[in-house]
Amino acid sequence: MRIALFITCVNDTLFPDTGRAVVRLLERLGHEVVFPAEQTCCGQMHYNTGYRRPAAKLAVRFVKTFDNADAVVVPSASCAAMVRDNYPRLGATGSRLSRKMADLGPRVYDLTEFLVDVLKVTDVGAYFPHKVVYHPTCHGLRFLGLEDRPYQLLRAVRGLELLELPGATECCGFGGTFSVKNGDVSAAMGFDKARHVTGTGAEVLCAVDNSCLMHIGGTLSRQRSGIRIAHIAEILASTEKEYAHT
Amino acid sequence: MSATFLGLPPFPEAAREAVGDSQTRHNLHKATHTIRGKRDAVVGELGDDWQRLRSAGEQVKTHTLRHLDHYLEQLEESVRRAGGTVHWAADAAEANEIVTRLVRETGEQEVVKVKSMATQEIELNNALEAAGITAYETDLAELIVQLGEDLPSHILVPAIHLARSQIREIFLDQMSEWGVPAPPGLTDDPKALAEAARVHLRELFLRAKVAVSGANFAVADSGTLVVLESEGNGRMCLTLPETLISVVGIEKIVPTWSDLEVFMQLLPRSSTGERMNPYTSTWTGVTPGDGPQNFHLVLLDNGRTDVLADTVGRQALRCIRCSACLNICPVYERTGGHAYGSVYPGPIGAILTPQLQGMSSEADRTLPYASSLCGACYDVCPVAIDIPEVLVHLREQVASSPGHLGEKAVMAGADAVFGSPKALDAVQRAAGLAGGNVPRHLPGMAGKWTDTRDVPDVPGESFRRWWNEREEER
Repeated sequence: MRIALFITCVNDTLFPDTGRAVVRLLERLGHEVVFPAEQTCCGQMHYNTGYRRPAAKLAVRFVKTFDNADAVVVPSASCAAMVRDNYPRLGATGSRLSRKMADLGPRVYDLTEFLVDVLKVTDVGAYFPHKVVYHPTCHGLRFLGLEDRPYQLLRAVRGLELLELPGATECCGFGGTFSVKNGDVSAAMGFDKARHVTGTGAEVLCAVDNSCLMHIGGTLSRQRSGIRIAHIAEILASTEKEYAHT
Repeated sequence: MSATFLGLPPFPEAAREAVGDSQTRHNLHKATHTIRGKRDAVVGELGDDWQRLRSAGEQVKTHTLRHLDHYLEQLEESVRRAGGTVHWAADAAEANEIVTRLVRETGEQEVVKVKSMATQEIELNNALEAAGITAYETDLAELIVQLGEDLPSHILVPAIHLARSQIREIFLDQMSEWGVPAPPGLTDDPKALAEAARVHLRELFLRAKVAVSGANFAVADSGTLVVLESEGNGRMCLTLPETLISVVGIEKIVPTWSDLEVFMQLLPRSSTGERMNPYTSTWTGVTPGDGPQNFHLVLLDNGRTDVLADTVGRQALRCIRCSACLNICPVYERTGGHAYGSVYPGPIGAILTPQLQGMSSEADRTLPYASSLCGACYDVCPVAIDIPEVLVHLREQVASSPGHLGEKAVMAGADAVFGSPKALDAVQRAAGLAGGNVPRHLPGMAGKWTDTRDVPDVPGESFRRWWNEREEER
């Protein structure tokens, strides 16, 4: 299958390892990955902060860039939700643009959804000998409805010990510009999330959104907790071969 | 003078104070998590039926709001036919004038009150006080707030921010100022506190000639008003006095009596986490020889028709004031209700207050941003109000208003960078060259991040550069 990767601006700039992991993983599973060069950002930050027009411009760019793709895989639940839930609201009702957006939406997948629902695979042949805790991000949990897909994938990883995160369904407090507009509340939420993570005894915190991980990870790092963050793609891409080399 | 929400600071400022208050944080965490647990259990036991009930509730409300002109006239006619008098109030000032005049006409100087959001919204108690009329709150939590000269911080549990020991202090200090004093050896045992309130209130119930209430629902075809409550104090007010004045928002209508069957399931399960609330009182106009012999219904607009004109925002009028969105909200849990500067706190307040009273003040303009858009409120809302959608809609109104120059500059900058892959690449390269030299403490708005969190190092190579190099090698 030919899969178009939408890397997202945050991953492209700050977490290229996640992108490399997605490519490695999908190619290992026997698929072709393409990276349409015209892509930039989905416009979520603009949209969520109330800047509709620039968000709509980025939505148009996204539609133009990915219009012909059979499947668009996004290693970010929140960006996938932006495209699927919010793009149709950006075009005028009944316009050609809103029809195109509504048409493209169902072909846009979060990575874990794509693996489980489209490729029908839960054991991706990964090896990751660590204690891991999974934080279900709000967009994965409540907007995309990923349910237990990420857990299915993680449980099939050899060597991985999956620990339970108390208060898992509660928001970490990132919320895009919320993290600075309401920095104090955001930090209070992040502290509580970090406390729950630390309490599990995990070595690695993983999620389907690097932006949330950047917030929780930034808090864990400030607390010198020793816990590292990893996008779920990096865990799923990891194999025994790589561990043998290190 | 009673406390007022007027002139409170903008949300982020008020929230900073609140998140630092350890006692309040503890009280709120405990209370919201207890109610959450109860709600989850009684909603969960209904299985798929819950979503069907929720959808029915949404549809009844949406239909009623679409034909509100018709149902309002029908309600007016039904109430008149049943012996009540109907008054129309365009705003808070008019509603307060009407109620004050009606109380004066009875010759009484005091009223007992049933817990009511509408009368809190219009700050009726302050208006009555200015006219020399004392309003006694009889809901236990409202009584605590009133005695403590405090402000309500929750729709259902106005004193949620207080611990038992604080309530004991308030009772001991203040009850004697208003009537029967608290017993000298009062402990903070819930039973003892409730007994002190019972004795204090009983005198008022037996004395009062006038009661003021709101209503959870107003049935258009029968003219019946409905109040759901837990304590029975509301029923005392609704049955013992000679005159009853009910102030009801125009969105509280349901078309028929049988529509109530949906809401009698949705409301208690969502609010107190009970299958059924202990007291449900209904009254239809006046019944000779039974209950109040003078009944006045004051129908309150106070911004509601403006909200109705907004095709995205109008869904907020479906709200049945259950508080499930407050109890689930991670922001509310950490800030409490006072930070929202309104009688309507939490997620519903963040969309209702700016719509009802407009966003002319800086404080009001911060409310739509008082959310991480986590979506938990929409999930639990029994009438499926898409609160995140309305928050974003209101943010668009704020962003298109004057001011916020710093933020607009940032957004315009991002707009330019994301406008072309080349511009994005250039920025990524510059940031990558700075690499590990990102300062630990950033200036300006970004400082809000680095105050509490570390920033990740910017990698030397973006994903797109790596991809392009890989393609060239192939």
